Amino acid sequence: MKIFEKLAHIDRRYIYILIAVVVIVPLLMKPNLPIIPTKPVEDIYNYVENLPQGSNILISIDYDAASMPEQQPFLEALLRQCFRNKLKPVMIVQWQLGAPLGTQGLEKIAKECNAVYGVDYINLGYRPGYVAQMVGIGREIRDYFSVDYKNVSVDSFPIMKNIHNYNDFELLVGLEAGSTYLLWVEYAGGRFKQKIALALNAVSAPDAYYFYQSKQIIGLVGGMKGSAEYEVLEKRPDLAVAGMASQSYSHILIILFIIFGNIAFFVEKNRKRKEGGK
Amino acid sequence: MLKGKNIPLAITFIVGLIMIISFFIPHKPFGDIEQISLRWYSIIAGFTMVLGVDSLLGLHFRKIKRKEENWIHSIFLIAGFVMVFIAGVWGTIQYGSAFDERSFFTYIYNYFIVPLQATMFSLLAFFVASAAYRAFRARNVDAALLLITAVIVMLGRVPVGELISPYLPKFTDWIMEVPQMAAKRGIGLGIYLGALGVSIRIILGIERSYLS
Repeated sequence: MKIFEKLAHIDRRYIYILIAVVVIVPLLMKPNLPIIPTKPVEDIYNYVENLPQGSNILISIDYDAASMPEQQPFLEALLRQCFRNKLKPVMIVQWQLGAPLGTQGLEKIAKECNAVYGVDYINLGYRPGYVAQMVGIGREIRDYFSVDYKNVSVDSFPIMKNIHNYNDFELLVGLEAGSTYLLWVEYAGGRFKQKIALALNAVSAPDAYYFYQSKQIIGLVGGMKGSAEYEVLEKRPDLAVAGMASQSYSHILIILFIIFGNIAFFVEKNRKRKEGGK
Repeated sequence: MLKGKNIPLAITFIVGLIMIISFFIPHKPFGDIEQISLRWYSIIAGFTMVLGVDSLLGLHFRKIKRKEENWIHSIFLIAGFVMVFIAGVWGTIQYGSAFDERSFFTYIYNYFIVPLQATMFSLLAFFVASAAYRAFRARNVDAALLLITAVIVMLGRVPVGELISPYLPKFTDWIMEVPQMAAKRGIGLGIYLGALGVSIRIILGIERSYLS
């Protein structure tokens, strides 16, 4: 039984080493695991797929580098889908530290798809004040975004010619690491009836399920798994698909830790009870 | 008479009322007043950053002055702040935007901020694993139920779950969409009813703790 006592008090550094191994090795080995798209993700994909050419999509970058592995692959897959279907992404940023990530993703995919800045897409950058913007866009987007992220007047770009408020966007996609999405649902959705799709970090995705069930959002991409599903739907497996193997094996390892931890707990509890009985 | 604490209470009451009315009647004059209020809010939100910077730098300058524990870290923080600030301003002057891919600010962002933030967040995986091993115990029936559900969801949310059984992801989806959502919805309703109650109390001047 000493082995269980040892297990119960194992040095946490061994746990850390094992986690590092199960995260790193699958990233290098790239095992092929089945990724089956779920309905909340498919709903977004199908909605975007069926939009008429030339439709504008408002994309809000509400995450930063900490959530990059979960959100950036979805952003890139979504942008590929937009450009492939001749849809026009308009990017805004609510999290200041997410601005470069949004810009990098947009520029990377635009270059890959030969999209022209100001004609096929635009980056309006960051502005402070969530609620003010969300309500303000319902009236006139220029009240808050009169210039793009490089301080060039938005009226000098053809894409902005017919964009004034939510009525001119077929869809709002929020990529969310915090709780900004609650405000999008409340103001853009509740007040202006804007169609909304959300991509949330895995940790906060369960919080948004009831918006999906009540049809306040059209779909939900949850964490890296959701991003991987979107990459599969877009038929371009990329970073999220690669990351799912690591996530799979680390989940299994954590479950094994829980099982061993509980066995050790019960064995020790039993031993203490017997000792107490003596 | 409007004096002393009555002035902020009156402002809160009037602004709160206008915002509520304009939500339901977004036409003149409420729509315009709301728009002006939101612009003010946006400007004030911008200035909160100045306050934040002032507070952060003040705290760390005091730490250095008093040579408090780990004061050397404060020097790095201030030096980092000054360096990033100068890089941001310089990038804006040089390229029109600090976030231009050629700017030194973008270099700092890509090679300092991104790895640092990613590192901080990824450390969670190690802490979660260690905590799961040490603290996730089936001490009673409730804890056992929570533990079993967590294991099912953890397996059902990754591709390996599909390999174990095609029913596992479906069962996970059911857990997420029925019992999980029912609990979340209950909690959500409670929170928002509470928030509504507090908001009404603030607007009516019953709740005044924000004045102190």
